[in-house]
Amino acid sequence: MEGKVLNTTKTDSVVPDHMLIVSSSPHLRSNESVKKIMLDVVIALIPAIIGAVYFFGLNALKLILISVASAIFFEAAIQKLLKKEVSISDYSAVITGILLAFNLPANAPWWIPVFGSGFAIIIVKQLFGGLGSNFMNPALAARAVLLASWPNIMSNYVLPGADAVTGATPLAIMKFGGADAGASATVAQAGAELPALMDMFIGNIGGAIGETSAALLLIGAVYLMIRKVINWKTPVFYVATTAIMLLVLGVEADQLMYHILGGGLILGAFFMATDYASAPVTSLGQIIFGLGAGALTALIRVKGGFPEGVSYSILLMNVASPLIEKFTSPKIFGRAK
Amino acid sequence: MILGLNYLRTINKILIERWKGMKLENLTFKGGVHVPHNKEMTEKKALEYAKEPSIVYIPLHQHTGAPCEPLVKVGDNVKVGQKIGESQAFVSAPIHSSVSGTVKNITTITTPTGINAKCVVIESDGANQMDEGIQPKGSLDNLSSKEIIQIIKESGITGMGGAGFPTHVKLSPPPDKKIDTVIINGAECEPFLTSDHRIMLEMPEKVVFGLKAIMKALNVERGFIGIENNKMDAVDALKAVIKDEDNINIVTLKTKYPQGDEKRLINAVTGRMVPSGGLPMDVSCVVNNVSTAKAIAEAILEGKPVYERVVTVTGNGVNEPKNLIVKIGTPFQEVIDQAGGFNGAPGKVIMGGPMMGLSQFTTDVPVIKGSGGILVLTEEEALAEKVSPCIKCGKCLEACPVFLQPLYISAYALKSNLQGAERYGALDCVECGSCSFVCPAKRPLVESIRFAKREILAKRKKS
Repeated sequence: MEGKVLNTTKTDSVVPDHMLIVSSSPHLRSNESVKKIMLDVVIALIPAIIGAVYFFGLNALKLILISVASAIFFEAAIQKLLKKEVSISDYSAVITGILLAFNLPANAPWWIPVFGSGFAIIIVKQLFGGLGSNFMNPALAARAVLLASWPNIMSNYVLPGADAVTGATPLAIMKFGGADAGASATVAQAGAELPALMDMFIGNIGGAIGETSAALLLIGAVYLMIRKVINWKTPVFYVATTAIMLLVLGVEADQLMYHILGGGLILGAFFMATDYASAPVTSLGQIIFGLGAGALTALIRVKGGFPEGVSYSILLMNVASPLIEKFTSPKIFGRAK
Repeated sequence: MILGLNYLRTINKILIERWKGMKLENLTFKGGVHVPHNKEMTEKKALEYAKEPSIVYIPLHQHTGAPCEPLVKVGDNVKVGQKIGESQAFVSAPIHSSVSGTVKNITTITTPTGINAKCVVIESDGANQMDEGIQPKGSLDNLSSKEIIQIIKESGITGMGGAGFPTHVKLSPPPDKKIDTVIINGAECEPFLTSDHRIMLEMPEKVVFGLKAIMKALNVERGFIGIENNKMDAVDALKAVIKDEDNINIVTLKTKYPQGDEKRLINAVTGRMVPSGGLPMDVSCVVNNVSTAKAIAEAILEGKPVYERVVTVTGNGVNEPKNLIVKIGTPFQEVIDQAGGFNGAPGKVIMGGPMMGLSQFTTDVPVIKGSGGILVLTEEEALAEKVSPCIKCGKCLEACPVFLQPLYISAYALKSNLQGAERYGALDCVECGSCSFVCPAKRPLVESIRFAKREILAKRKKS
């Protein structure tokens, strides 16, 4: 051994017997992976996908598939173009595709999800640095752009059933009354009435294809919480604040459940507001995010011009997230502050 | 004078009452991670003596503090337990020979902790002749606090959990720091390692004796032994030894990494929080490892200095994992050979556990006082996983026992933005590695934070 002992006075004598791998500790890693997390989210969305197809027919399936396929295509294309490593196998583009499709009315034309996916993936996600660096939720940002560009298409909701009759969402009925439901008044289904609460819970109502079934979305959300992919803080504070603020703003108590189950609140609170990259990482920050998004949602729904406010609330809170994070750093162990 | 004594006794009684009412089971801390134990490979294997090494390589710098200067020359005859290195500095610990034989060389080597140190190379004569100075030091009742600390110092005892801080320094707090609690760290939260577990199981009376000696040295009336609840047999063994002791309690801790970090241990056992940048003595505590307590017991009962220690040789990379009593200075390769040798081509050879252990460039390094384990990972286990971008999942925040935001400190560190890293608390990091362990993107979190810490401290030193 004497000859082989590392002799620092002569660097050329450093000759190990076999090449051992040397690195800084830890030498043990959990079997968590980004891909597993993303796959869990996809799995959590499957009940709602099945529900969407059940309630809105094959058109919903077509939109979801087009949206997912184009999201994957755009991700691969832009990464090739920017000479980055193609990372479509991490399933994150799949999630964006599904979430975007969930925000569309069932009778939207095929190019709507194509344009939306392109905007979400290229502009919002990849041009800002790709996975983990997007400052907004890509699917929601795309929905906002689609809604601003083609308001007629985007608010022309279909009622469940194979015959694809257009009709008002419960929120629109509450906001504008049955007679001239729909923000753009293209849908005029005289005498529309609020559906039964049970229909709202299981999703047998008008609305975007993936947001109507609270029950199926919650099954997925519970799965994500059990798998520790998301935590309860943001969604619970979000939904609770929305409810309280709606009451404060004068919404009657018997309409409250329609507000909670009717629009995109459940989808937004559990699947969009919990997006890692565009929400705070700090525990207190996540609570504040939920409070803020809840207050904004109620405010837009009651005082704003739109019947629905979930997407804009989350997008606004996305933009505020870096600031929230900055002021909610956890107190370091053993520091007096 | 008498009044003062009475006063102290009253306080003591109150304290005793208070901690008797304290919860002693299933204590824990906030944060941390559940790591796979992998202890089943060696936890049932009794301690056994390793084969006598024919040549030992004893570094003169195995501790935190000043290196020792050799007390022997090439050609000298030495005996087991003979002091062969010493320093005049207070923060240092003397070095003793682990064999009897002849000094062949005094050279420089790189120790397993990465320090370049002088090293005494001794060829054993196989006779194991003991040094005449190795005599029992008497009972605790006849020893004063000062004498106990002197014995500990002369025996070269350092923190044997791996930190290597000289124990006599720990036991000599400045007069303004009043110590009221001694905790023996039997958490052994590092996966794979079982050396402390076996010591608690096979020599519980030595562990308790060591604790009593530390309590006497510090004039403290309250002692705890903290053990993770995956070692209940050790808990039972120690409970049997302390059943008549009023001042000593066994505390069971939830099995969670890094429970053995001394600040986490103090927090779990006493509820106290060591201030940022502070030491256990700032909250009136002293923490010592199980192996250290055992070494103290042997120093007093047998007069034996630290020239051997228990090493867990384990991992999928060795054929027969074992708990061996190994002489300081034995090359790693010899120890590995006694555990059945490598199982296939080795990937990593680590001194210590997988979470905080040091991976070695070669197996031609000697066992030192801080070598609680030699862990061999297979090539497959050791290969680095692909790093992907941070997705901001926040798992590192949940895992950090110091409540840092590892993702941001790491991001600053990787951009060499030291101010940013420091602002986010880089220097409070205890380098436990929980963040890197949980990271789904396999990012080098603690690795980069460690780099930032070193750079920040180096800059401070310069200015």
